[in-house]
Amino acid sequence: MKRVVVAMSGGVDSSVAAALLREQGYDVVGMMLRLWSEPGKEDSNRCCTPDSMALARRVAARLGIPFYVIDAREIFRQTVVEYFLEGYRRGQTPNPCLLCNRQIRWDFLLRHALAIGAEAMATGHYARLRRTEDGRYELLRAVDRTKDQSYVLYVLTQEKLSRALFPIGEYTKEQVRALASRFGLPTASRPDSQDLCFLAGEDYRAFLRRNAPEMLQPGPILDTQGRKIGVHQGLAAYTIGQRKGLGIAAPYPLYVIAKDVSANALIVGRAEELGQRSLRVGQINWTCGRVPEAPFQAEVKIRYTAREVPGWVEPQGEDRAEVRFEMALRDVTPGQAAVFYQGDVLIGGGIIEG
Amino acid sequence: MKRVYLDYAATTPLDERVLEAMLPYFRQVFGNPSSVHFYGQQAENAVEEARERIAALIGAHPQEIVFTSGGSEADNLALRGVARARREMVGARRILTARVEHAAVARTAQALEREEGFQVEWLEVDAFGIVHPETVKQALGPDVALVSVMYANNEIGSINPIAEIAALCRAQGVPFHTDAVQAAAYLPIDVQALGVDLLSLGAHKFYGPKGVGALYVRQGTPLWPVQTGGGQEAGRRAGTHNVPYIVGMARALELAVEERESRRAWVQSLRQRVIEGVLERIPQARLTGHPLYRLPNHASFVFKGVDGNLLLQLLDAAGFACSSGSACKSGQPEPSEVLLACGLEREWAGGSLRVTLGAPTTAEEVEAFLDVLPRCVEQARALQGEQVR
Repeated sequence: MKRVVVAMSGGVDSSVAAALLREQGYDVVGMMLRLWSEPGKEDSNRCCTPDSMALARRVAARLGIPFYVIDAREIFRQTVVEYFLEGYRRGQTPNPCLLCNRQIRWDFLLRHALAIGAEAMATGHYARLRRTEDGRYELLRAVDRTKDQSYVLYVLTQEKLSRALFPIGEYTKEQVRALASRFGLPTASRPDSQDLCFLAGEDYRAFLRRNAPEMLQPGPILDTQGRKIGVHQGLAAYTIGQRKGLGIAAPYPLYVIAKDVSANALIVGRAEELGQRSLRVGQINWTCGRVPEAPFQAEVKIRYTAREVPGWVEPQGEDRAEVRFEMALRDVTPGQAAVFYQGDVLIGGGIIEG
Repeated sequence: MKRVYLDYAATTPLDERVLEAMLPYFRQVFGNPSSVHFYGQQAENAVEEARERIAALIGAHPQEIVFTSGGSEADNLALRGVARARREMVGARRILTARVEHAAVARTAQALEREEGFQVEWLEVDAFGIVHPETVKQALGPDVALVSVMYANNEIGSINPIAEIAALCRAQGVPFHTDAVQAAAYLPIDVQALGVDLLSLGAHKFYGPKGVGALYVRQGTPLWPVQTGGGQEAGRRAGTHNVPYIVGMARALELAVEERESRRAWVQSLRQRVIEGVLERIPQARLTGHPLYRLPNHASFVFKGVDGNLLLQLLDAAGFACSSGSACKSGQPEPSEVLLACGLEREWAGGSLRVTLGAPTTAEEVEAFLDVLPRCVEQARALQGEQVR
């Protein structure tokens, strides 16, 4: 009997994933990561509260599968939290969940799964996998487009995909809830939230103030002609496209257009000065297993919550690309990921550099 | 997958013969022992017979046995009950207990200190976790309310010189309590030979049911009730008797005493094999607890640079159920205080493993375990190295 580890969260999606695999006859083992939190805030980490751990343990017991909590606090702090701070240091808006997926869930946890003899690891993500005729693995969008989570999985290499299972990607959220009832499992979902788990529900600025106060040095606010028109509270406290909270009286609305890290300056301008028709992407993972040789048309998603827009992807070497759009995009944010799709197939993605 | 249970110090399966003894008391003889009618009389008779049997098995008078819900409650009753009574009677406010006690004693002592103004003095132990009588002697005085030192340690198996410590306490007129929850399955528990004033037992450690235990209280030992109510157990522990479980405990203890020698011989030879095999096959491994003065079914180790919790998970995934010092289900391991009290460095103390055998354990199971353990330790070290780069 093939052994499979399911990364569990106590929520309905991963619980149903475990139940489905069990029903399919796998030898299923549940695992859950214990992630890092600031001292004193351990109980507020939304990815591993004591309640969700207790719930996952109960679900596992009800399914008759063993369940283990894997301590990833130290490696999470060293990699994900450092990456988060480093991103802000460089004037970007990092997405640490992507790194967590690559380094913690699909590397650290996967190695724990392999160590106990598992052949694959499953998660409760809404995404699908397909084996192509030439032996590659393709990551596909979920059947339930409204729940599709393939965006955060673009970081998976072919090697990781060969170990991955996404049992609920073929179902809609409604069907998953119905399955949960049928299996007698809890049907609650973790509230959909973009908050980072280690911020414990707080604003990231408060976290930076405690953990990297040097990043919040006041500096000049400049208009696009280079004239000083105000003072900012530290570049890390602002995101591209932000309008509120600039503290400048102007006859027209002002938006954050760019950050000049070397001068510690925040560049602001009018709505029409915001936005760009092309962007540079680095650290690309060609999820589909092939480096494109020619430019190609794709639907491009530049944030987890953004709608896809048609774009023209021009690969530059192994892991870089230039992406062009017909119309300017207003919320291009360095540090977030741009992910390319063709139809349901996720071709690849990388980090927006500018 | 075939699973092998090697965690008999955590709990044991109910003996078939014990279950047989219990069954009539769920439905046929179901009365409340405190009732006036015949139903009650039959139930009361069962409880009193169980009390007499247990008393006879440990050299006590029946009225010296107080039934409780288990070992932890027995420890609580002993510490809280005696400490409060002794403070009232003679103004004694000090409690002496060891750094390696089970939480049922240690946390209770801490609570008495925090909430009721007692002063706890923690007796030091040697590198094997053993309390030396000399240590007790130096701390003893008439202002001591109670001394509590465990008979055998749950984590590292070491056996304390209970009779010697009891004699010192007796000489000063200070009540002496021992937590014999781990010891009762294998060691003599004659309270006269030991000279103790209070002794805690829990049935599920010797193939009895969970949820029942007893406290032996020597006649004349001052003891206030902790749980008050209907006046059962001569006012020392209120609550309707758990008749089938009390009957089961008596039967289980009877079997444990009758079969003690054969059970001891069986597990001890297998246990020796475990100790030899582990120390021979695993680099950077040490035995914890005393090599000779230890429970015959008990082997415990530390492995350098290993996360004990992770090792348990790897072993479980390979089909072997063991335990570690830092009982932890949440993936937030802290090195065991017992091992730190024994003077182990943190890089060793975090990697503890407890292997405890029982009557059903076979030589094949032990060999299979010894075959699997080296790989699991190696994996734990590799995965751990990843974590602490």
